[in-house]
Amino acid sequence: MNILDKEKKLEALEKELSRLDDEDSIQDIRIKIEDYKRRAMRNLTAWDRVLLARHKKRPTAKDVIDNVFNDFIELHGDRNYGDDKAIIGGIGKIGGHVVTVIGEQKGKTTEENIQCNFAMPHPEGYRKALRLMRQAQKFNRPIVTLIDTPGAFPGIGAEARGQSEAIAKNLYEMSQFGVPILAVIIGEGGSGGALAIGMGNQVFMLENSIYSILSPEGYASILWKDSSLAEEAAESMKLTSYDLKELDIIDAIIPEPVGGAHREPPKVYRAIQSTLIQALAYYDQQSPYEIKTGRYAKYRNIGFFQRFNYDNLKGVVK
Amino acid sequence: MKRERLKEAFERKKRFKSKLKTYREKPIPEKTPDVPKGLYEKCNGCKTPVVVKELIQNRFVCPSCGNHFRVRAVDRIAITVDEGSFVEKGLGYITLNPLFQDHYEQKISEYKKKTNLDEAYVYGYAEIETQPCVFGVLDSYFMMGSMGSVVGEKVVKSVEYAMVKRLPLVLFIASGGARMQEGIFSLMQMAKTSGAIQKLHQQGLLYISVLTHPTTGGVSASFASLGDIILAEPKALIGFAGPRVIKQTIKQSLPEGFQTAEFLQDKGMVDKVVHRHEMKTTLSKLLSMHAKGGRA
Repeated sequence: MNILDKEKKLEALEKELSRLDDEDSIQDIRIKIEDYKRRAMRNLTAWDRVLLARHKKRPTAKDVIDNVFNDFIELHGDRNYGDDKAIIGGIGKIGGHVVTVIGEQKGKTTEENIQCNFAMPHPEGYRKALRLMRQAQKFNRPIVTLIDTPGAFPGIGAEARGQSEAIAKNLYEMSQFGVPILAVIIGEGGSGGALAIGMGNQVFMLENSIYSILSPEGYASILWKDSSLAEEAAESMKLTSYDLKELDIIDAIIPEPVGGAHREPPKVYRAIQSTLIQALAYYDQQSPYEIKTGRYAKYRNIGFFQRFNYDNLKGVVK
Repeated sequence: MKRERLKEAFERKKRFKSKLKTYREKPIPEKTPDVPKGLYEKCNGCKTPVVVKELIQNRFVCPSCGNHFRVRAVDRIAITVDEGSFVEKGLGYITLNPLFQDHYEQKISEYKKKTNLDEAYVYGYAEIETQPCVFGVLDSYFMMGSMGSVVGEKVVKSVEYAMVKRLPLVLFIASGGARMQEGIFSLMQMAKTSGAIQKLHQQGLLYISVLTHPTTGGVSASFASLGDIILAEPKALIGFAGPRVIKQTIKQSLPEGFQTAEFLQDKGMVDKVVHRHEMKTTLSKLLSMHAKGGRA
C-alpha cells in the first residue's frame, strides 16, 4: 500500500467528516484521522517520496513564486533563440531583499504540461536562466532557484542546439558568480537538468522531494535491465532528502506537513520563505569573493573515494 | 613376439582406415574458420575482419573504410604523444562504493584486471611533437569511461596540475556519462569539473578537448563541452542523451547521421572534425600557436 492509496483513504475519512453534523461522531472521526496520520502517513519509504514528489497537486514553481515572493515580474527569453516555458525567471522581493528567481515549471493539467514540456527544459531555457543570472551578478542580486524537473529534454532540436553545451556553460558560469545562489528542490530533481540551475552556495530540499542522477525507472532499466524494479531502485539510490542530508549533498531539509506539501501549501510557503530569508541574511555579511570561493570549495570537496601514496608504501611492500 | 606386435599394428591401421572411411562418407559441415583470438578484429563500419597488426600500424583506423576504432587509453597515449615523453601523475586512487550497491566492487575489480587501469581516467605530463602539455585520456573500455568520484577528482587534479605548471591541457574524452552506481556523487562531479575548468580559463591557459566515440551524458554536459577548442573524431557519437532514449521519448525515428561529430560541426557545436592520422599534427600546431600566451 503506497502513499497514494493511503491518501485516498484519508480523503474518504475527511469527506465523511464534512457530511456529519452531530458533535460526538465528528469528534470520533477527528481522532480517527489524527490517529491514521500518525500511524500510516509517517515513516515513508523512498518510493512514497518519489510518488509525492511527482504528485499532480504538488505546488509548482509558479505557486511557490506567487506565494513566497512579492512583486514578482517575469522576464522572458534567452535573446538568442526563443522563450522556453519550462523555465520561468524574473525578479522578485523577499524579506527586504531583491532577488532573481529562476524556476522549473511543471503543469497541473495535461494542457499546461504540454505547454511547459513537462518541465523538461530545452537549451534555450538554460540559456535564459544564464542570462538572468548574469544580470543578477551585474546588479549584485542574490539568485534563488526552484528545481522541479524530471531532467533536461532529450529531443532532436535540443541536441541540435547544444543541450550539453548549455548545461556545461551554466555550471561553468555558476561557479564564478559573486552573488549567493540558493537552490531549493521543490519536487523532482532529475540529473543534469536539475543541477544546471542547482549549483548553489546552499541547497535546500523539501522533505518529500527527490534529487537523483536519473529517474528510478531509468536506473532500474540501465542497471538491472528491468524498469519495473523502480521501487527497489528508489530505495537503493539514496534520493530522499534525509539520505542526501546524511551524505552532505544538501544543506537543510525544509519540513512538509503530514501527507505532502499539497495538503497544506501555505505552511510550506512559510517554511520556504523563512529558510530563504535566513540564508540571505547570512550571505549579506559576506563579500563576493567569500561567496565565490565558498561555493567553489563546496563542490571541489564533494567526492567519495580513497587515496594512498605509492611512495609511502615502498618501504612496506617489496 | 615380433610377429604378434606387427599383427596388432596392422589391425590398428585397418581399424583407423575404416574409421576414416566413415568420416569421409559423412558430409563435412560448413564451419566458419576458427580464427585465433586477437589476430582479427571486426570493423563496425564495413563489417569485415581486419588484421590487428595492420590496424595498430594504421593507428586503429580501418584500412578499407576509414572507420575509427575505439582506442584504449594506453594506445591513445602511444599514438598521440611523443614516444617516451608521457609521465603518469595522480596514482593511487581507490574507488569506493558510496551507496553500497551490490556487486559494484566486484565489477570494478573485474575491469581493473581486464584493462590494467586503476580507473577510467589517466593523466600526466606529455609532449606532442615536442610541445609540452598535460594530457588526459578517458578509457571507454573501463565501464564505458563513466565518471564517478575518482574520475571527477582526477580530472580536477589534472586541471590543477596544468595550473601549477602553467601548461595547456589536452583531454581525450570517451565516456558514456556519469557512473550510475555512485549516484548523486557522480552528478556532483559535473559541477566540480566545470568549476575547475573555469579556474583554468581564468588563468588564461589553453584547454583543448577532443571528443571521441562515444561522448554522452554527464561528461559531455560538463568539462567535455567547455574546451577553448573542441575537436572531434569522424563519426563519433556526441550528444547529451543517447539515441535510444531520444527515440523512446519522442517516438520518432532519428535522422541519419544524427549526433555524429559531423552533425555537430554543422550545428556549430564542434570546432573541427579531425581524422585520427592528422590529430597529432593538428594538436601540436594548436599548442605551438598558444605557446607564450598566443604571442609566438
